[in-house]
Amino acid sequence: MLAQSMFEKIWRRHVVVDRDDGYALIYIDRHLMHDGSGAGFARLRERGLPLRRSDRAAATPDHYVPSRAGPQTDPHFAQTLEQMRRNTAAAHVTMFGLGDIRQGIAHVVGPEQGLTQPGLTLVCGDSHTSTHGALGALAFGIGSSEVFHVMATQCLWQRKPKAMRISVEGSLASGVTAKDVILAIIAKIGAAGAVGHVVEYAGSAIRSLSIEGRLTVCNMSIEAGARAGMIAPDDTTIAYLQGRPFAPAGENWDKAVAFWRSLRSDEEATFDREVTLKAEDIAPMVTWGTSPEDALPITGRIPDPASESDTLRKEAMRRALDYMGLVPGTPLQELAVDHVFIGSCTNSRIEDLRAAASVVKGRKARVSSWVVAGSGLIKQQAEAEGINKIFQDAGFEWREPGCSMCVGMNGDIGQPGQRIASTSNRNFVGRQGRGVRTHLMSPAMAAAAAICGHFSDVRRLTA
Amino acid sequence: MVPFTSLSAVAVPLDQPNIDTDQIIPARYLGRPRAAQVDAMFHDLRFNPDGSSRGEFILNKPAFAGAKIVVAARNFGCGSSRENAVTVMLDNGFRAFIAPSFGDIFFNNCLQNGALPVKLDEARVAAIRQMLHQSPSRTISIDLATQSVTGPDGQTDRFDIDPFRKDCLLKGVDDVDLTLTYRNEIERFEAAQRQELPWL
Repeated sequence: MLAQSMFEKIWRRHVVVDRDDGYALIYIDRHLMHDGSGAGFARLRERGLPLRRSDRAAATPDHYVPSRAGPQTDPHFAQTLEQMRRNTAAAHVTMFGLGDIRQGIAHVVGPEQGLTQPGLTLVCGDSHTSTHGALGALAFGIGSSEVFHVMATQCLWQRKPKAMRISVEGSLASGVTAKDVILAIIAKIGAAGAVGHVVEYAGSAIRSLSIEGRLTVCNMSIEAGARAGMIAPDDTTIAYLQGRPFAPAGENWDKAVAFWRSLRSDEEATFDREVTLKAEDIAPMVTWGTSPEDALPITGRIPDPASESDTLRKEAMRRALDYMGLVPGTPLQELAVDHVFIGSCTNSRIEDLRAAASVVKGRKARVSSWVVAGSGLIKQQAEAEGINKIFQDAGFEWREPGCSMCVGMNGDIGQPGQRIASTSNRNFVGRQGRGVRTHLMSPAMAAAAAICGHFSDVRRLTA
Repeated sequence: MVPFTSLSAVAVPLDQPNIDTDQIIPARYLGRPRAAQVDAMFHDLRFNPDGSSRGEFILNKPAFAGAKIVVAARNFGCGSSRENAVTVMLDNGFRAFIAPSFGDIFFNNCLQNGALPVKLDEARVAAIRQMLHQSPSRTISIDLATQSVTGPDGQTDRFDIDPFRKDCLLKGVDDVDLTLTYRNEIERFEAAQRQELPWL
């Protein structure tokens, strides 16, 4: 038999119907729903169709949830949340609702509950569904029509994407995190660098990451345009899953582990495209522009459009610098910050909060700063470790789990002209509010910005 | 879904690469009824904070009024999966998008809503945008049956589209009804999976 990549193995296992024109009907093992999935339920009702597999769905509200304590006071958002509660209850979908300690961001809750497993196909009506590939699942985001299609049929028509492997070899330097790795990858291949591809992340630096770190890397696959990102399951994956509520147990556990171990890409597997980075070359990264590809090491300076030869790129840089209020040549470390946001499906897990807290400990924030844990369980864990106290003593706000300032659709937005150090995934124009200037970075780097009041090399603070 | 067969219409060039779906419809307008989202299309580029029109933005220029085609740069529609990015464009009259590359989810969302995403060679797309800037209000013709685009200069280019999606667009049908005809195959798959992965 021909050598196969992990993606190929998982794809083939899920083909229900193979058409001779290249399209395949693919079975979807898990469907995660959030408070933006209501359109799918509405269309099921219109067509008089039932939810085909309520046992393969799980739901948690995240996009419209307020991050301050107490109920959602905006009547539109409150209605959306109530509609979600009714939809999931009527369809008998497992729901981690508001007030449930397990509630949180769908892409945090899925892995945390053991719903995300190696070898599964998983979808959600959200582009950051690529996150779940960190556990060796084939996971991708879909729009609301495809959400409806999965609800009605548990399948999707897909053309098989191409396969790409991105290897990061070597050891990451101290102060360099998974977030810096993925920002460096996107800076190298571009925001459209992986369009049409499923990316497998490989190499010793990737294998050495914790599951939290791998989730961060796979989360931002979509920011390189990838259909999905994935990492082969190994001992780290198996140790992470053992004992989680929805993970297999008993004799099924051993069966599952044997299956999961069979998924890694064969030695001789070939990829449509290969990219390699040296871990030693990666420094703590900060974005300067309005696309995640606009990322530079913290030691860098704002680039000059004049030195860009491609006219389209030159003009895009000019517009980005104009929006961001930046002057070419300015050292990144001289940029003063107005607000700090630590949270989002990219960086709101316990390891992220620990990393930020270790920078903050015994210091004071110079600007308004928020920490928004990814789930109620993470918040609880952090409080048990005293991490909330470290942040609160430093003047940070310790808020309630949800998407918060990453998505700008729940009331958590910045003011026009504000410069925000954010651990989220998108520095798009207006993403965090009209006129808001977002700079992406790791939790440790965001913490350093909060402490210094300007972007700062975390390696100097922790040395 | 409204069928897509052919279209001859004014085309508007958008030069910026990586136009994301947050720009096409800012998040704060999501969650509203579709009819209430119409003015949200490219809201922060079309309107000043005080609500007045930004005359310099290309979609506000009279020469491009009534445009039904967008000619964009690479990675058009990247970012968030929000399908509203497609529906708000449709509700403002747009039916087709021409670009060297698209965000994958936006591309799929177009096909689910009767909008046609056309991928053409990067240099050709740049040349078309240039022509549209030089002589605004020129038209482009697209014929789905023959998979061809005729630019303002009369040059015709062929484009690729999956036969399955082409058929759905031409007939104006979504794929759910078709999928439901495969009920037996889906049930067989599920029965086999119950044996193989009993913990799911």
